[in-house]
Amino acid sequence: MVPGLSYSRPLSSAALSRNRPMQLTINGNPAEVAPRPGQCLRTLLREHGWYGVKKGCDAGDCGACTVWVDDNPVHSCLYPAFRAKDRHITTIEGLSPENGTLHPMQAQFLAAQGFQCGFCTAGTIMTAAAKGGAMRTPMERVLKGNLCRCTGYRAIRDAIEGRRHVQEDLPGASVGRSLGSPLGPALVTGQARFTADEPPLPGLLHLKVVRSPHAHAQVLAIRKEAALEVPGVHSIFTWEDVPQHRPFTSATHDDYHVDPDDTLMLDRVMRFVGQRVVLVAADSEQAAALACDKIEVDYEILPAVFDPEEAMRPDAPILHHGKDAASRISHPERNVLREIHGENGNVAAGFEEADVIVENTYATHRQPHVTLETHNSHSHLSPDGRLHVRTSSQTPFLTKVKLVYLFNLYPENLHVYTERVGGGFGGKQEVLTEDLCVLVTLKTGRPARWEFTREEEFTATTTRHPFRVKVKLGARRDGTLTAMSMRVVTNTGAYGNHGGEVLGHSLNEAFAVYRCPNKQADGYAVYTNCVPAGAFRGYGLTQTAYAVECAMDELASTLGMVPAALRRKNMIQPGDTLLSIWPHPGDLEIGSYGLAECLDLVEAALASGRGEPVPQSPEWCTGQGLALAMLDCGPPTEHRSEARIDLLANGSYQVAIGSAEFGSGSLTVQRQIAATVLGCPVESVKMVTADTDKTPYDTGTFASTGTLVGGGAVLAAAKVLKEQLLRLASRYTGQPIDSCQLSGAAVDCANHPLPLSELLARAEKEGHRLSAVRRAYAAPRSVAFNVHGFRVAVHRITGQVRILQSVHAADAGQVLNPMQCRGQVEGGVAQGIGWVLREDMQLTPEGRIANPTLRHFRIPAMADLPETEVYFAHTHDRIGPMGAKPMSESPVNPVAPALANAIANATGIRFTDLPLTAPRLYPTLAHRPTLPAQDIALS
Amino acid sequence: MDLHHITAQQSPQTPDEVQTWEPGLAWLAGGTWLFSEPQPVLHTLLDMGNFNWPSLQAVEETGLEIAATCTIAQLHAFGGSTGVPASWQAFPLIQTCCESLQSSFKIWNEATVGGNLCLGLPAGALISLAVALEGTCVLWPRQDLPRSVSALEFVTGVQQTVLRPGELLRSIHLPASALRKQPAFRRFSQTQEGRSSALLIGTRCPVTAEILLTITAATVRPVQLRFATPPGARDLAASLEAAILPTAYFSDPHGTADHRRHLVHYFAPQIIEELA
Ligand SMILES: Cc1cc2nc3c(=O)[nH]c(=O)nc-3n(C[C@H](O)[C@H](O)[C@H](O)COP(=O)(O)OP(=O)(O)OC[C@H]3O[C@@H](n4cnc5c(N)ncnc54)[C@H](O)[C@@H]3O)c2cc1C
Ligand code: FES
Ligand code: FES
Repeated sequence: MVPGLSYSRPLSSAALSRNRPMQLTINGNPAEVAPRPGQCLRTLLREHGWYGVKKGCDAGDCGACTVWVDDNPVHSCLYPAFRAKDRHITTIEGLSPENGTLHPMQAQFLAAQGFQCGFCTAGTIMTAAAKGGAMRTPMERVLKGNLCRCTGYRAIRDAIEGRRHVQEDLPGASVGRSLGSPLGPALVTGQARFTADEPPLPGLLHLKVVRSPHAHAQVLAIRKEAALEVPGVHSIFTWEDVPQHRPFTSATHDDYHVDPDDTLMLDRVMRFVGQRVVLVAADSEQAAALACDKIEVDYEILPAVFDPEEAMRPDAPILHHGKDAASRISHPERNVLREIHGENGNVAAGFEEADVIVENTYATHRQPHVTLETHNSHSHLSPDGRLHVRTSSQTPFLTKVKLVYLFNLYPENLHVYTERVGGGFGGKQEVLTEDLCVLVTLKTGRPARWEFTREEEFTATTTRHPFRVKVKLGARRDGTLTAMSMRVVTNTGAYGNHGGEVLGHSLNEAFAVYRCPNKQADGYAVYTNCVPAGAFRGYGLTQTAYAVECAMDELASTLGMVPAALRRKNMIQPGDTLLSIWPHPGDLEIGSYGLAECLDLVEAALASGRGEPVPQSPEWCTGQGLALAMLDCGPPTEHRSEARIDLLANGSYQVAIGSAEFGSGSLTVQRQIAATVLGCPVESVKMVTADTDKTPYDTGTFASTGTLVGGGAVLAAAKVLKEQLLRLASRYTGQPIDSCQLSGAAVDCANHPLPLSELLARAEKEGHRLSAVRRAYAAPRSVAFNVHGFRVAVHRITGQVRILQSVHAADAGQVLNPMQCRGQVEGGVAQGIGWVLREDMQLTPEGRIANPTLRHFRIPAMADLPETEVYFAHTHDRIGPMGAKPMSESPVNPVAPALANAIANATGIRFTDLPLTAPRLYPTLAHRPTLPAQDIALS
Repeated sequence: MDLHHITAQQSPQTPDEVQTWEPGLAWLAGGTWLFSEPQPVLHTLLDMGNFNWPSLQAVEETGLEIAATCTIAQLHAFGGSTGVPASWQAFPLIQTCCESLQSSFKIWNEATVGGNLCLGLPAGALISLAVALEGTCVLWPRQDLPRSVSALEFVTGVQQTVLRPGELLRSIHLPASALRKQPAFRRFSQTQEGRSSALLIGTRCPVTAEILLTITAATVRPVQLRFATPPGARDLAASLEAAILPTAYFSDPHGTADHRRHLVHYFAPQIIEELA
């Protein structure tokens, strides 16, 4: 079998291939490269400027790095670079052989807009376009190695199947039409520049940090000598190198007072596994990584606490011992970041009045954002001494403010900007990388870059807050609510970040959506030695909506009522004042009311008989459930955005606005708003965004503000500019202003067209600037509604949950871009389903995250998601711009309770604690001898 | 990902060029696992890319010889080919097992069958295949003469095998007698195309009617039970209890030990019934 193996020959030296140059072609271009031993093809291609090759995981799980090696698609992050010798590599940039044309798959992705942030797009196209890729069926198997966190995959499926959703533009009437993103062509061709897609500047230093292996510890000593010996290491920084008297919070808000100042850039106390300990700056990532290994740190290990209830007990270890009022921590000695109590009416009396009371405790788990682009930023000084920071952030302006504060800078010397950002979901409403880049650039004078690994995304960014919610509802026999109360305990982790605001928000809409005279809540945001929690789509409401909507179903079942009927009986009506646990109304108003219509739409769809067939085996039980949610349009804190619109010499326009675009589509909609007012095609509106040098101030793109506040500012500015243009045109043509209207690149004055270029030239000669600046605020605020319904089948023995039908109805007011709005709904639904059924971030007893990889922490792949039927209510909001309400954040909120309610309906068992995975469901199912009641009809 | 700790890479033409072994060396097959996580204890990769072992050799009378370097893509394509002996009833298991991997077809283009076995993961579906079809692994040690072990013995625990330092897995032989058996297959994964929590394969000998039940993914190493006649429910449960101690069930983020045990006891009778 193995004839005469000789073991005598020594390893020939010719077999050594360290850094030997080799030939290959990349997109048809011959290249000579000398890969490092251990280098993968992904970084080699990027080093040669092929930035269409992305890093989502660096481990073979996400597919963002897909390229072809001699026509075979591979994950380039797993492909040893030396094996590319003499091969032909094709990246997204080389997919279309001729310049200026698109490969059919690229064209299809544009036509269906099979993307949101677009970070996954290149890899997905390279997979679908490959031989043996899309040709194989089923598609979900072909794409099992391509993850998308934004779309929920329906748009990707449509793109691959060649469906078209993009409509033609109607100049002056583009609002309401499904227009593509202005960045679409760059995304499908791999030309879009995400944060890391910049050639390294000379002298660039790469950053890595040593992270704490302990959940709670005091640093005693740090030995860095051995690390400094590693070739390529430039400098090493510890807590001694950063000001210890300047605590901050990594969370960003217009008013920084709402978050606690409890964090130091580098600290001596470690409060979670994964906290930064030591910073290394080196000429290469490799040198920085090797140096990190060589740093020795002595710790005194302190007792740690991971459960928020335990953390509030008197004997618990204290995380932020001795911090004073300046930290804005409510009770540092009890680990309580924020405590909120409120009562509206008289809850005790309300429960007295009740015929029926239900009470239960629900728990929700941690969820990481998993933006496909990891957090990263880079900084450099320009010859004029100004500091420039490019970052993957939702809040460039607030990041600037934070950096100014941390480093005592003159604001005019600092420039912060984003270009394309690969997903946000709230995870990039934090300053997590920028501070240390700036530290290094200021200390060394050299450019610095820091790009998180996927593991760091899990262990060292933020997550959705885990909540424990005890809900008590009282109602009369006819279903009328008499009292609602809840006790909410949230786990904010080692640092407060958004913890206080998330808690506050969580106590509002879940209750305010129901009419009930008596409402009360106690809320506690509590420090523990877990990875910090932060802002995440839904902002705390997702968790309390889960609890309250589950409790509403339990109440319905106790009363023997249909769950939808119980909701109809109690939900708010047009004209109602929105009240939660505080007696005085805030600035929330029902600017439009589509809740009832949404509920009707979902009920009708669930009753339609559509969806997957019901499994016939008696081992499966089936059921259905729904839930509703209301979300305020914009944050209660200060939020403002300013837009500037200029008429350009060629008769087109430029909109400058500070809001960031990371896939939520605000840029597309803002452009449609401007074009509609200005009577031109969207093509004539150039967008400049998210740049503290080039655009006016914007608080940031979070809390559903991209359309609402950003769009509002664009609308206001466009109206002013239009007014200016018409007035001047009327003067120049001598026609009455009423007869003048904007029409493409001209003003039509009673059939006398005056080209805008001419108008501009004349106006400038007269000393007029044809430019308008307007500001918008998130106040007053309207509310958006979402209702979700599911039909599910649950396997009584294995515990597997199968979604048979998924239906969502949204009240987004006037829908400014139906295709895009649907995409936002689908993306939110996907995150909700993932959260409930799959995403289980596990903590070891020492507080380490057990599955910090996409291999072992599974976000939904295409195969895991049903296609959701999406409906919109027919409303027009009186507050939002052009009647619109935001619709990127809210769709996630009713998903978890609807799913839990459907599972409860199917099994007859209420599972209160998320996630609802098979290993957690099956023991209870197995111990239930009788079949559940299947007869509770929902409509 | 870039493996920062790797300082050297060698491309021997034949394995015998590598005579001495030391910690820090690793054979590089497809690299799909090696490059998927940091490898802080390795410094040198030994590329197996030049060995040019014939990937697959099928002979009706003797069976199927799979080189360790055969890619999963090659094996999967072969599993879909039509020219195989009609008597090989178990042949469809090849594709079913490949498709039970969490990895995508793009990874199969590079990942090798040998790499899957040598990694020794409970969810190694090609381990399941090799064990269920009574495979024999041919091993090439660095210093000694080649040896063979049964596929059942090859994996000894989670990411543990009988391989000695530097020893190569050369090939896996699936005997024709096993390929002629009637197969039954059950698998559970928490996600649709995800990693297996339990993967059970039964085969029934067309000559003796003996049933072989192979349990993988649920357990820290493969377990095989042999039944001369189909066991009754109680006997089957007792055999499972006897063969798999509670500690032998695997627990990881893809499933808990108790759920896996539950699944094994649910699927095993189904397999027996299907084959009886
Ligand atoms: C996204 C993704 C999903 C995956 N899913 C699964 C899964 O579901 N189940 C599963 O089992 N694995 C899975 N893997 C792990 C792995 O990719 C596969 O097991 C694959 O078959 C390994 O083959 P390879 O040739 O790439 O091995 P390599 O990465 O080259 O090597 C793996 C290990 O085996 C050693 N080795 C390889 N060949 C030999 C040989 N002939 N002799 C001795 N030692 C050898 C190597 O030194 C190394 O230690 C997955 C990997 C990825 C990236
Ligand atoms: S970066 Fe290669 S698969 Fe994710
Ligand atoms: S569009 Fe797919 S990850 Fe953002």
